Amino acid sequence: MAAVRSRSAGPLFVAPFLILFLLLFLAPLGYAAYLSLFQQRLVGGTVFVGLDNYVTALGDPLLLHGVGRVALFFLLQVPLMLLLALAFALALDSGLLRLARVIRLGIFVPYAVPSVVAALMWGYLYGPDFGPFAQLGRTLDLPAPDFLSGGWMLGSLSNIVTWEFVGYNMIILYAALRTIPHDLYEAAAMDGAGAWRIARSIKLPALRPALLLTLLFSVIGSFQLFNEPKLLMAIAPDVISSSYTANLYAYSLAFTGDQLNYAATVSFLLGLVIVIASYAVLLTANRRRSA
Amino acid sequence: MTTTLRQPPVAAKTPAAPVPHRSAARRRSTPLTIAMLAALAYFLLPLCWLLIASTKSTQDLFDSFGLWFSHAPQLLTNIKATFTQDDGVFVHWLLNTVLYAVVSALGAALLAAAAGYGFAKFRFRGDRFAFNLVLGAIMVPATALAIPTYLLFAKVALVNTPWAIILPSLVNPFGLYLMRVYAADAVPDSLLEAARIDGAGEARIFFRIALRLLAPGLVTVLLFTLVATWNNYFLPLIMLNDPNLYPVTVGLSSWAAQAQNGGAGASSDMLPLVVTGSLISIVPLVIAFLVLQRYWQSGLATGSVKQ
Repeated sequence: MAAVRSRSAGPLFVAPFLILFLLLFLAPLGYAAYLSLFQQRLVGGTVFVGLDNYVTALGDPLLLHGVGRVALFFLLQVPLMLLLALAFALALDSGLLRLARVIRLGIFVPYAVPSVVAALMWGYLYGPDFGPFAQLGRTLDLPAPDFLSGGWMLGSLSNIVTWEFVGYNMIILYAALRTIPHDLYEAAAMDGAGAWRIARSIKLPALRPALLLTLLFSVIGSFQLFNEPKLLMAIAPDVISSSYTANLYAYSLAFTGDQLNYAATVSFLLGLVIVIASYAVLLTANRRRSA
Repeated sequence: MTTTLRQPPVAAKTPAAPVPHRSAARRRSTPLTIAMLAALAYFLLPLCWLLIASTKSTQDLFDSFGLWFSHAPQLLTNIKATFTQDDGVFVHWLLNTVLYAVVSALGAALLAAAAGYGFAKFRFRGDRFAFNLVLGAIMVPATALAIPTYLLFAKVALVNTPWAIILPSLVNPFGLYLMRVYAADAVPDSLLEAARIDGAGEARIFFRIALRLLAPGLVTVLLFTLVATWNNYFLPLIMLNDPNLYPVTVGLSSWAAQAQNGGAGASSDMLPLVVTGSLISIVPLVIAFLVLQRYWQSGLATGSVKQ
């Protein structure tokens, strides 16, 4: 990439993006950091309290439970989703499928469904009144599991998110697979490698960057879980509290609790947790690579 | 971040276009096909349920089996009821969604393309620092920013306006990253030099030459910003309180809450509206993805392979 030196147009091309980035990305972040240093008190108005909000937050069982719950959700849902996406991508790329195009697009379609609609739809499907699972259960006289109960909820949420995003991740992995030069396969086949061996020795290593990308996006997505629990809250209010996930907690603090400073603190901390988790994923992946 | 994310490109140099199948006489596997069709059923059955449920009255939703039609399908009645409820507020929601999504997507794609091109093809003071700053922001989750953005917008009276949804959607750090990677390969330096020798200005070169070469990447960013804004719920939920400004996601969830609070007279009639409205709201995006599939598939390949 021999880029042009000493031309003045470069800054002009990047300026519009950078200005908006500054105003809409860095400024809110800075503002949240600033707000998190204050408290509103009944007597005395807004007072500077240093890191008091952070001390409160780190000892706040509601927040800790919320973060713990999304961490558990991450461990439960992401490996399953990525394994499915990987298996589907490999199957599509193997060339062994009939109807490959229909299957690929069909699995991807849920990505185009808004998470609000996905959550509403699955909520109705799970439901005891007119959900098909409950209906089948009544017909067969086998009570269907109560998907909206406390024991099932995390699994039910995982299922919704998996349904939405397997196809998206599959497409990313599949697209990466399609860029592997095919003479590699032919050479391997000539050496007597079977389809399974080729997948393990050529395709999987080549997929590393794409897998890392999907994993990173999954970390970011999981930890800010909000839409699905917020919508299921309406049909399972006893199971999903207003602090069920960290993000839901921040929302409740800001908009029903009117604790703006503390909400800013929680938002800021949640962002920090996600950045740290992302870096941990990157570091682990890179250490494995060099080891 | 840069050192860790930038691993050597895996393989092909060209942006990945689907490669034609390797050999014509290829064996197909029936067991594998059947397994994948079973998986396909899992992804499509909920949507079938939604389609079937949209043809039912509240009574039929409860009385007939969910995965088959009732004896009196009434899809058109439901669609009409959805569009006329509350003086046609659903039409407002659809139009708002289209407005927010299209303006955000066009703006975000153009901003990312210009900046990606600027970072890929020019060297200037601070370019590395600025790019790395944006790259680091990929990991900062949008919803962690939403509440602070709301508080900031409240100060400058942007809350409860369309701008509250559009402005934050314009900045897409991953889009910038994608466009930079894409521009580095898709726009040859020799072509730029030739145009400069011919006396073309930089703006003219960008809009007349580079933008055309960047089209597949641009469509990818456009489409994914479109989806992100179309599907956005958290941001409009906190930014807007005038129902006439709602996008369809927030609108549907407000109807769903009414339907849920049941018992109180008309509310049980809301259920078919929520279901039918959900169906209507996903049709445009599904069509957009099917029509534009060639673009987004090759664009995604660039993002995932070249790191």
